[in-house]
Amino acid sequence: MSDFPDVVTAAGVSKRFGNKTVLEDITLAIHSAETFGLLGPSGSGKTTLVKLFTGTLQATTGQVHVQGTLMPKLSMLNQIGYMAQSDALYTELSAKENLEFFGALYGLKGASLRKRIMEVAEIVALEKHLDKRVDQYSGGMKRRLSLAAALLHQPPILVLDEPTVGIDPLLRQAIWKELKLLNEQGTTILLTTHVMDEAEKCDRLGMIREGRLLAVDTPGELISKTGTDSIEEAFVYYGGHQA
Amino acid sequence: MKISAIVIRILRQFRRDKRTLALMLIAPLFVLTLMNLVFNGKEYKPTLGLLSAPSVLSSSLQSEGAVTINYEREDLAEAALSDRTIDALITIDGQVPKVKLEGSEPAVNRAVLQAVQKAAEHFSHQSASFKPVITYLHGSENMTSIDQFGPILIGFFIFFFVFLIAGVSFLRERTTGTLERLLATPLKRYEIVLGYVGGFGIFTIIQALLISWFCTKVLGIMMVGSFGLVILLTLLMSLSALTLGTLISAYANNELQMIQFVPLIIVPQLFLSGLFPMDTLPDWLRKLEVIMPLTYGTKGLSDVMIRGLGWNAIALDVYVLTGFSALFILLNIIALRKYRKI
Repeated sequence: MSDFPDVVTAAGVSKRFGNKTVLEDITLAIHSAETFGLLGPSGSGKTTLVKLFTGTLQATTGQVHVQGTLMPKLSMLNQIGYMAQSDALYTELSAKENLEFFGALYGLKGASLRKRIMEVAEIVALEKHLDKRVDQYSGGMKRRLSLAAALLHQPPILVLDEPTVGIDPLLRQAIWKELKLLNEQGTTILLTTHVMDEAEKCDRLGMIREGRLLAVDTPGELISKTGTDSIEEAFVYYGGHQA
Repeated sequence: MKISAIVIRILRQFRRDKRTLALMLIAPLFVLTLMNLVFNGKEYKPTLGLLSAPSVLSSSLQSEGAVTINYEREDLAEAALSDRTIDALITIDGQVPKVKLEGSEPAVNRAVLQAVQKAAEHFSHQSASFKPVITYLHGSENMTSIDQFGPILIGFFIFFFVFLIAGVSFLRERTTGTLERLLATPLKRYEIVLGYVGGFGIFTIIQALLISWFCTKVLGIMMVGSFGLVILLTLLMSLSALTLGTLISAYANNELQMIQFVPLIIVPQLFLSGLFPMDTLPDWLRKLEVIMPLTYGTKGLSDVMIRGLGWNAIALDVYVLTGFSALFILLNIIALRKYRKI
């Protein structure tokens, strides 16, 4: 893990769709084994940035590197566990069948696949509901199952797009504990959120608004530098100065 | 006014979705035009071969609207009949004329017999015994329209349902976000396309077996050829429908838009598949059949089921159908680049 102190980097990255500029000159480095949060309102370009990191999109200008490899690169996708913003699940299948499918895509099989399914199901507290069809799941349960699918192949990098939307606060706390544990084991986590109090749990934060990165620092530094009392006020401070 | 609010909203939605608007207005005109061409076409003129027949016979047949070709040798005349250059062969054996029909299309048979009977009336005042002896190369006088249309309808319905189901399920992969999720894994684009071909392929094998068995054994549709070749043809037709459906789904944003492709892609194929006599259609329209998978499938099925022909007769159809599938698979893999470049 320590081969690359900066596991994911973006250098002068812009992304345009036609005439519309979604991301403008983003330069960012995500350190090994930290939880990095991208904080911004919906439409700010968080998901587009995440897709540049996972290689589903290609930057218009600038470069994205993952573990020192220029993206997009198919072989690097094995290193990333991705949880999309929409629950990309096959609702006609049971939770277990979904996990078996996604596990197989990463080459897991047999006993080790069964073992991993039980482990990730326990992390998201779905072990009792594995045989249920996903269309009987609540929104929060689907979210947890998506997270479980991203964890399956024990990737060194986790990219989570709005991971805790609709999950009940007690369970959310449990999931955060699990993410911190993964950090300790060396996993680098990049997540997006628009919930301010959740942002405080990240090691470092990138504030993003209208496709521009406003500030990057630890939550504590962001608050003290701006002389405010909360992340929300700090965001307003930076957003106001940039606009 | 809640109602007018709804009316306005729907009109606005239509204005945004230009394709649905165009389809509601233009597609019916398109289909009606095709039907008009098919049903208002010129009357079918049979082509008759004459083997050493008196010229008075050919001129009286011509006056009944038939096209006649004179043959000197019997083998050439028989060859023309089996490759469908002529619809029937007329020989005079002593005093009695013999009419041998190609026989695979009841509508054509009727046109031939009508022309022969009317021509015979010219002679009836000379000899009362002018009654032609009628035989068939394929089929028989008992052959009904469903026997002729059976192979075509089998082909059509397989094509239609596989196209729609495969297309919609690939589309749902996109709209539910699972395609994006798949593309975030190390899965290669061709693996996704071939996975679909494999998964649906197994389903279509079962479908081909069931439909072929049901039509020939339960419905009793005429079937004189090899059952194995029928399975092969239906399977290849399913495969081309499957690959075309998944390809087309890349250009639809929801299920409704997928169904909008039916009158554009499926219905014209039905009209040109041989369900209606092609000879009455204008040439420019007939030429379109060469780019339609259904043409080859139904032609092959008719050759096997009605004419009892073997591999040599359908080899070209098999190759073309396989080629269509391969082409659609390739285009599909390219179309997925829209969602991930690598």
